Amino acid sequence: MTALVIAEHNNAALNIATLNAVAAAAKLGRPCDILVAGHQCRAVAAAAAQVVGVAKVLHCDAPHYAHGLAENLAPLVVRLAANYSHVLAAATTNGKNVVPRIAALLDVAQLSDIIEVIDPETFVRPIYAGNVLATVQSSDRVKTITVRTTAFDAVAAQGGNATIEALAPGPDAGLSTFKGEELTKSTRPELAAADIVVSGGRGVGSAENFAIIEKLADKLGAAVGASRAAVDAGYVPNDYQVGQTGKVVAPTLYVAVGISGAIQHLAGMKDSKVIVAINKDEEAPIFQVADYGLVGDLFKEVPALIEALDK
Amino acid sequence: MKILVAVKRAIDYNVKARPKSDGTGVELANVKMSMNPFDEIAVEEAIRLQEAGKVEEIIAVSVGPAQCQETLRTAMAMGADRGILVQTETEIQPLGVAKLLKALVDKEQPGLVILGKQAIDDDSNQTGQMLAGLLGWAQGTFAAKVEVGVDTVDVKREVDGGLQALTLKLPAVITADLRLNEPRYVKLPNIMKAKKKPLDIVTPADLGVDVAPRLKLVKVSEPAARAGGVKVADVNELVAKLRNEAKVI
Ligand SMILES: Cc1cc2nc3c(=O)[nH]c(=O)nc-3n(C[C@H](O)[C@H](O)[C@H](O)COP(=O)(O)OP(=O)(O)OC[C@H]3O[C@@H](n4cnc5c(N)ncnc54)[C@H](O)[C@@H]3O)c2cc1C
Ligand SMILES: Nc1ncnc2c1ncn2[C@@H]1O[C@H](COP(=O)(O)O)[C@@H](O)[C@H]1O
Repeated sequence: MTALVIAEHNNAALNIATLNAVAAAAKLGRPCDILVAGHQCRAVAAAAAQVVGVAKVLHCDAPHYAHGLAENLAPLVVRLAANYSHVLAAATTNGKNVVPRIAALLDVAQLSDIIEVIDPETFVRPIYAGNVLATVQSSDRVKTITVRTTAFDAVAAQGGNATIEALAPGPDAGLSTFKGEELTKSTRPELAAADIVVSGGRGVGSAENFAIIEKLADKLGAAVGASRAAVDAGYVPNDYQVGQTGKVVAPTLYVAVGISGAIQHLAGMKDSKVIVAINKDEEAPIFQVADYGLVGDLFKEVPALIEALDK
Repeated sequence: MKILVAVKRAIDYNVKARPKSDGTGVELANVKMSMNPFDEIAVEEAIRLQEAGKVEEIIAVSVGPAQCQETLRTAMAMGADRGILVQTETEIQPLGVAKLLKALVDKEQPGLVILGKQAIDDDSNQTGQMLAGLLGWAQGTFAAKVEVGVDTVDVKREVDGGLQALTLKLPAVITADLRLNEPRYVKLPNIMKAKKKPLDIVTPADLGVDVAPRLKLVKVSEPAARAGGVKVADVNELVAKLRNEAKVI
């Protein structure tokens, strides 16, 4: 049987997190279809058809799918589920929002944030802030899964040649209405997929001071992240939060500035290839996971680092 | 309107969990347990709605062993009016918890159910969405702001790109994110008062719910530890290491 991947998109472009979910589906050793449900999202369906490993794109277009509302999307997937052994989505806020609802409607368990496919019934997922890995087995007829994107290398976005099939929309459940969004605008790389991430914590001290972090990020071509403390204090928007209950990142280089290294923060970045920590407290737990630790005042060290990078 | 709030007894967030040496589960003997932090936020939100005159009664529900009574007493010391413990010694997975909560919703008829967005032990982030699906209700997950109207509720949600605003029809399910509020500290006199508040105990069988686990835990293990790093003397050494040793810039 086939696996179904729910595409993550904004009606204009396919979010690359989808390519990680397709990669996880490929590990199941079976063909995979993609559902592109949205509004005026033909371009997304066309892009999905190019993704390597995709057999068929199901394109469902209606206004009430424009914002991925779970109340509308879940019944649509449930309608399709009889044909599929697995339903997967990236563990983004959209994926986390809709997949459990699908699971409940199908009366099956859900597997959150898988990091490894052992066989089509057995998966590994982190629990307890990533301090424990659980190997779990599902005997439900349909396995509903969210995929930790950093654990599966994206498949190629180009080179496939899937067919596109139009899917008749279901009704608008009329339970929820989209009222608007405040999206963080940035010209920097996307946090979840960036090659380099520079994150600031409470030590940065204020929203104004965060400019130092941004300057270093721009010097490195990096995305900007933050600890929960920095977000709670209003230095940066919520979508900057890296951690157990924020975004999980695994860049080639992660620079933690003025971050102590609480387990909840480590859960979101400890799979980075190289970790640098700048902290004035040499006992800070972040140094236990850092490949390179620099003990010092960030207000002195970060400008000096930017200068040193110019040399 | 009544509000139902789900509170889970979980490992304290300051404790670093470890697998048992035989890989059959997580070491929980003598480990500090607390209310799941997101559930404190859920309880706080319910109390604020009650203080704003939008809610008559707050019912806290916990699913788990007898010790969950402590968690319910904490919720009542914060301000919940009564508690219900669905007592069971076996591990209940999110789908089972959602079914038990649904059974209680059918009985209590609340206008709103508030849960945490995630339990910090299983890190599932599922129960609220599952409950909303089972009830056929609207869901406002990862809520950063909640405004209850006459027959709708406005929710601002923390999403990957920023914030999303939704209007949900009531009754609805909401899951609390970190920025929704800052939970109050429990005051001693309120702890005393909470001891007198009603706490009912029921079992999954009383509610007629099959909570048999669907997922089988094959084993648990420890993730690979990172190899220890080095301290660098200054930024020049750092840049040199990043360029020549790690080769990441
Ligand atoms: C339910 C729950 C979920 C959570 N989820 C997350 C999450 O997803 N992500 C997350 O990050 N946290 C999360 N946390 C919070 C976590 O427990 C920590 O409180 C948080 O990570 C601390 O942030 P911080 O390191 O910036 O602040 P602090 O712990 O206060 O550390 C600040 C650091 O800055 C250093 N410093 C100060 N001034 C300077 C200076 N001038 N120069 C250099 N260094 C300086 C200090 O030495 C200190 O080490 C969560 C907590 C709970 C309860
Ligand atoms: N055993 C439980 N008892 C009470 N509430 C629970 C229980 N399990 C989960 N919940 C609720 O569901 C939320 C999400 O949990 P989870 O889906 O396990 O991450 C928690 O924050 C609680 O509000």
